[in-house]
Amino acid sequence: MVVYLLCFILFLVGLYGMITRRNLVKIVISLSIMEISIFLFLALIGYVHDGVVPIVDPANPDAKYVDPLPQAMVLTAIVIGLATTAMLMSVIIRIYRKYKTLDIREIKNLRG
Amino acid sequence: MMNPLIPLFVAVPLAGAFLTMILGKFIKNLNRYIGIIVLLFLAVSSYYSLINITGNVSVYKVGGWEPVNGIPIGIYMVMDSLTAILLCIINTIGLLAVFYSFSYISRYTSENYFYALFCLMVAGMNGVVLSGDLFNIYVFIEISAISSYALVAFGVEREQLEATFKYQVLGGLASLLILMGIGFIYWKAKTLNLADIKTALGTAPEKNHYLLVQMLLLSGFGLKAAIIPFHAWLPDAHSSAPSPISAMLSGVLIKAAGIYVILRLFFNMFIISEEVAILITTLGTLSMVIGVLLAIGQWDIKRLLAYHSISQMGYVVMSVGIGMILVARNTKPEIASLAIFGGLFHLINHAAFKSLLFLNAGAIEYRIGTRNLQEMGGMSAFMPATSSTSFIASMSISGIPPFNGFFSKLIIIIAAIMARFYLLALIAVIVSIITLASFMKFQRYAFYNKEVQKDENSPKEVPFPMVFSMIALGILCLLLSLLVLPQVRDTVLKPAIDILMNSQMYISPILGT
Repeated sequence: MVVYLLCFILFLVGLYGMITRRNLVKIVISLSIMEISIFLFLALIGYVHDGVVPIVDPANPDAKYVDPLPQAMVLTAIVIGLATTAMLMSVIIRIYRKYKTLDIREIKNLRG
Repeated sequence: MMNPLIPLFVAVPLAGAFLTMILGKFIKNLNRYIGIIVLLFLAVSSYYSLINITGNVSVYKVGGWEPVNGIPIGIYMVMDSLTAILLCIINTIGLLAVFYSFSYISRYTSENYFYALFCLMVAGMNGVVLSGDLFNIYVFIEISAISSYALVAFGVEREQLEATFKYQVLGGLASLLILMGIGFIYWKAKTLNLADIKTALGTAPEKNHYLLVQMLLLSGFGLKAAIIPFHAWLPDAHSSAPSPISAMLSGVLIKAAGIYVILRLFFNMFIISEEVAILITTLGTLSMVIGVLLAIGQWDIKRLLAYHSISQMGYVVMSVGIGMILVARNTKPEIASLAIFGGLFHLINHAAFKSLLFLNAGAIEYRIGTRNLQEMGGMSAFMPATSSTSFIASMSISGIPPFNGFFSKLIIIIAAIMARFYLLALIAVIVSIITLASFMKFQRYAFYNKEVQKDENSPKEVPFPMVFSMIALGILCLLLSLLVLPQVRDTVLKPAIDILMNSQMYISPILGT
C-alpha cells in the first residue's frame, strides 16, 4: 500500500510544480514527473508477489507470472510521453526566440 | 457480419501521411492530391458504412486474435451506428477542409507538413471512434492531439506558440487523468475491452472505486471536450490555428475525442448512476450559459466562434445528460431517447455550421488580413458567397427556421420540458436568444454597417476551392434539417440511440454471447 501512496505523492508533487512554477521548462518537467508517477502506478498494478517473467515454461506449468499487459501499456505510454515532451520542448525553443524570456508572466498576449 | 473497410479507416490516412512526407519533396503538388484522394476515399467509405450498418455491430479483430475461453484478448475495432455517424462527420468536414486548404495554406511555407499532419489527425480521430478498447482510445486520442498541437502552432507566430503551449500542457494533463482512470479500471477489471469491462465490473460494482474511475475519466475527456471548468485552452487554440484547422478542431476534434468517448463510456461501459448523470447535466448547462456570456464581449471573430463552440457543446452535453438521468431512473424511455436524439442531432448540426463559420472567418482573414470585427465592414458587396454562407451558418447556430440548428434546439427544449426540467428548457431558450444577438453583431460588423465604394483596390471574392467548400457546407446546413423527418431519423439516428440506450446490443456481438 505504501508504494501506491508514494506514487500518488509523486503525482501531487508534479501537480504542485505545474501550478506554482513560472518557468516554462519547469512546467514541462513537472508534467513529466506526473507522467512518471502514473507509469509507476501502471507498472505496480501488474506486479504479482513472487511472480516470474511471463514466458510460459512447459516444464513448470504452475508458475506464477507477473501480468505483462500493464508493462506493454507503460511502454506505449512512455513513447507517447516522449513525443509530447519533445513537442513541448521544441515549442519552448520557438517561444524563447520570439519572446526572449521563459517567464510565463510575460507571455500573455491571449486574454479574455 | 464483418465490414472489411474497418481497418482502412486508420490505415489509409496513415499511409497518406507517410507518402506525403516521403514523396512530397520530389513531386510538386503531390501533397494536395494525396490529401484529397485520402479524404475522398474515407468520406465515400464512411457513407457506404453508414448505409450498410443498419443497426448491426460489426467487429474487426486486429491480427485475427480470437477470444480464448470467451475472454477477448486481441485489439477490437468496433463499428456500430454511432461510430458510422461520427465517421461521416469527421471525413466529410475533413474533405471540405482539405479542399479549402488548397488556396488557404499556399500562403504558408512547408505545405507537406500541413497535409501530413492533417492526415495523421484524421487517422487519430477515426481510430478513436472505431476502437473498442480503452487503451486504444487513449493511444488514438494522443495521435490526433499531438498532430493538432503541431497544427495549432503552424504559423509559428507569438500567439500561436503561446496558444499551443497552453493547449499542450492542459492536453497532457487530460491524457494523464485518462491514463490514471484506465489504470484504476484495469486494476479491478483485469481487462481493457469496453464490453468486457462492463461484464467484469458486474452489476454491483464497488462504489468508491467506480466513482473515482468515473470522475477521472469524466475530467480527462471533459478537458478534451472543453466542458466549462476545463475550457481554458479552447478559445486560444481554436482561434490561433489556421482556419481549416480551426474548423476541424471545433467541428470535429472536440466531438470525436471528447463528447463521443463520454457518450460511449457512460452509456455502454458504466452503469449510469443518477448522481453522475445529474453532474454531467449540470456541467453541460454551465458550459451553455458561461460559454455564451464569455462570447458576448469578443471582437476577434475566431475567439467569438470558439466561445460559441463551448456553449453549443453545452447544449449537446445537457441534452444527453437529461437522457442519462432518465435512463438511470429507468423511467420514460421514449423521452430519454428523444433527449439523446436531440443531443446527437445537435452534434451533427454543430459540426456543419461551426466549421462553416470558421471557414468564413478564414476567408475574411484571407482577403482583409484582420480578425478584428471593428476593422471590417461592408464586406457583403465584395464577397457575396462568403457573406451569404455565413448568413446561413449564423442563422443555423442561433436557431432560426428552416435551418438545421432550429430543429435540434427545438427537440432539445421539447425533451427538457417533457422530462419536467422546466428550468433547463428556459435556460436553453435564453442562451439561444443571446447567441442570436451575438451573431447579429458578427453579421452587422463584418458584412454591413459601412458603405464602401467598389474600386480596383477593394477585396475580391476568395478563390474557387474556398468558395466551393463554403457553399457545400451551406447546402449541408439546409439538408441536415431533413434528419428531423421521422423516416430519415429512424433509418439514420434511431439505431445509434438504441445502442446507447441498451448497452446489451453493443456488448453481446463483441463478446459473441
